[in-house]
Amino acid sequence: MTAVEKKIVRPYGDTTGDGMVQVSFTLPVAHDKRAEGAAVQLANRMGIDPAMLVHAKQMGDGFTFFVVYGRVNHLVDLSQVQVVERDFPLLSAKEVNAVVKQKLRRKLSVVGACIGTDAHTVGIDAILNVKGIAGEKGLEYYRELKVVNLGAQVSVPELVEAARREKADAVLVSQVVTQRDAHLHNTREMSAAFREAMPAGKRPLLIVGGPRFDETMTDELGVDRIFGRGTTPGEVASYLVHALITNKKARA
Amino acid sequence: MTGKLGLDPALVARARELARRAGQPVVDLARSHTTVSVERAVLRLAGVTGADPDGIPWVNRLVDAVVADVGLGHGVAVPVFDALAREGVADVTLLAQKAAAGSVRFTQPSGKAATAARRASRKAVAVGVRQVDRRRAERDRLVRRYGDPEQRPWIYLIVATGDIYEDIPQAQAAARAGADIIAVIRSTGQSLLDYVPEGATREGFAGTYATQENFRLMRAALDESSRELGRYVRLTNYASGLCMPEMATLAGLERLDMMLNDSMYGILFRDINPIRTFVDQRFSRQVHARAGIIINTGEDNYLTTADAVDEAHTVTVSQLLNEYFAHEAGLRDWQLGLGHAFEINPDLPESFRLELAHALLARELFPDAPLKWMPPTKHMTGDVFRGNLLDGFFNLVGTMTGQGILLVGMMTEAVVTPWLSDRDIALQNVRYVLGAAGGLHEDFVPAPGGFIQQRAHRVLSEAVDLLERIGEQSLLTAIAEGTFGIMKRPADRGKGLDGVARHEADYYNPATEILEAAA
Repeated sequence: MTAVEKKIVRPYGDTTGDGMVQVSFTLPVAHDKRAEGAAVQLANRMGIDPAMLVHAKQMGDGFTFFVVYGRVNHLVDLSQVQVVERDFPLLSAKEVNAVVKQKLRRKLSVVGACIGTDAHTVGIDAILNVKGIAGEKGLEYYRELKVVNLGAQVSVPELVEAARREKADAVLVSQVVTQRDAHLHNTREMSAAFREAMPAGKRPLLIVGGPRFDETMTDELGVDRIFGRGTTPGEVASYLVHALITNKKARA
Repeated sequence: MTGKLGLDPALVARARELARRAGQPVVDLARSHTTVSVERAVLRLAGVTGADPDGIPWVNRLVDAVVADVGLGHGVAVPVFDALAREGVADVTLLAQKAAAGSVRFTQPSGKAATAARRASRKAVAVGVRQVDRRRAERDRLVRRYGDPEQRPWIYLIVATGDIYEDIPQAQAAARAGADIIAVIRSTGQSLLDYVPEGATREGFAGTYATQENFRLMRAALDESSRELGRYVRLTNYASGLCMPEMATLAGLERLDMMLNDSMYGILFRDINPIRTFVDQRFSRQVHARAGIIINTGEDNYLTTADAVDEAHTVTVSQLLNEYFAHEAGLRDWQLGLGHAFEINPDLPESFRLELAHALLARELFPDAPLKWMPPTKHMTGDVFRGNLLDGFFNLVGTMTGQGILLVGMMTEAVVTPWLSDRDIALQNVRYVLGAAGGLHEDFVPAPGGFIQQRAHRVLSEAVDLLERIGEQSLLTAIAEGTFGIMKRPADRGKGLDGVARHEADYYNPATEILEAAA
């Protein structure tokens, strides 16, 4: 392992090393001298010194919007920057479709559901419906994916049966309700049922998602992947391609 | 302002005729079927209110009970009012509670009993319709008192906190800051609920549940704002999803002013069964017509999935279909907020001229409709500075082409839900453009035979071609084959199909009877 060379950087305005940044924010106070002072003080605490307050505008009754320019005194050592790498590449919808078409040479079949008593289809709909979430289209939008969304309150046997019928490559389950750890019980019940119903090689990829899951619990819950809050359809699609096609051999 | 594009009147007339021909079979379908949600809307007009302890509305419990005993195809009005008379129950909500407890049996009566039940149901529904009429008169009065916005387009802003009690101060602040129309976005997933939640709600996902009580609270708050600001501030919600007819009804009862109500959105983007959607849509539009509500259609959504240049003509086709369905249901031109959007890739050469051509085409095809102009979303990135510039150009097209309703674009689209400062900057953008160029449409006349005219002609002729192809098969086939927004939606699939029934010979719906008699 080679030591990364220490390299210090600071923000660049128009001269190397000037450290200039620009920030904007709102404070919940009416616009007056004291408000401007508060904005400068906040900027100072952010490490901006001197801070130039270049714009202040009152919005409504008790809010003021500020724009501040100034020199920030923080430094960054590039060799100390730690990043967590995603273990699969993020692909665009076009790339996902291309890989499936070329390498799988058939549509990739996905079955999704909310299982147990959970009626919150928000998660599964955000991932599967064309409408998607945050401007990103759901998996239905991908031409090379065949998506069946079973909706809410699907029983585990129904889900297994649907997966068999649709020859599912992957099963996506969404769990929002966490009362008495319902999401964990339901997930274990689901993964056990698939293990019982299908031999290891024929079993679809099992994926669960929901805002309260711990993404490291895959082994404990018997699933292949867990997705937490803020997951986008593109991430799920990219993972499907990675796990089922491009990195298939790695999967036990 | 007609005639800037030199459109061929014969071609425009042909487009309308083809839209009628494509839409007619769908209207026939809608006239010969009913849905659980249409029937629940009838019961709401007849005075059934409230929900059971689990939050399931009594209208759902009552319709389910009737369907279990006699099916859906007769309509629920006659079996319900027959049971009401037989059981000697005074109140329909009480009957619903008894039916849910299993102590009432429903039958489809004939002869005198049937006639009596029809008459009684019509009388009860007429009370609900009169309430809708009173609300409409009340709006007319308030608009006269406080006045409409001074400028066109009207400025449309969205609030969506998930908590109605947070939404209210935000909506009032937005009105004070210049919004003429407040839209409360619904909680994600509400469109797929087959019931309308009850009461004031404080938790939603990326939006606030649409309930009758939330409608009432927000309308009352905006009445306060109207009084304070001296202009009538309008309120918008969604008549879409599986409960479309009930949403329309509740909007009429609580004096909402605009409703999002597209003919195909639920089919394409929510995978709701096409027949369910068209049946629900016709009833909901009849209610909107009666209530004086302006509908907003959702053509902008096609352009978020399909390319805004290649597929521009599908927007025109959908606008023509929405217009046909709306007129057929009794809506007048002033109630048609036909949608379209600024979604062309800004990196494309001449993208602004293309946007002008498309927007002007919509304006000239529908000269008396208050078109709803939707801001860029697809090509908005985290670069908020570029986003603000794009929104400025969007606003400029809006004023140059005389759009009726302008949904304010946010530079933080696709980044965060708008902050207070985002909204303020966005409104500043709108005010600058309307202030600096509000009269520019008077001077803006595209050169005869120039780029803009040619583009508009081409989109119109592509729309006519597509309508001809649809006419050769049927609209349902076109939808099944993925003509709009690229989604394939066959008529025998999708959510809510089990809540659809073909009319029996003795089907009776007092609400439709009253609404159609007036039209």
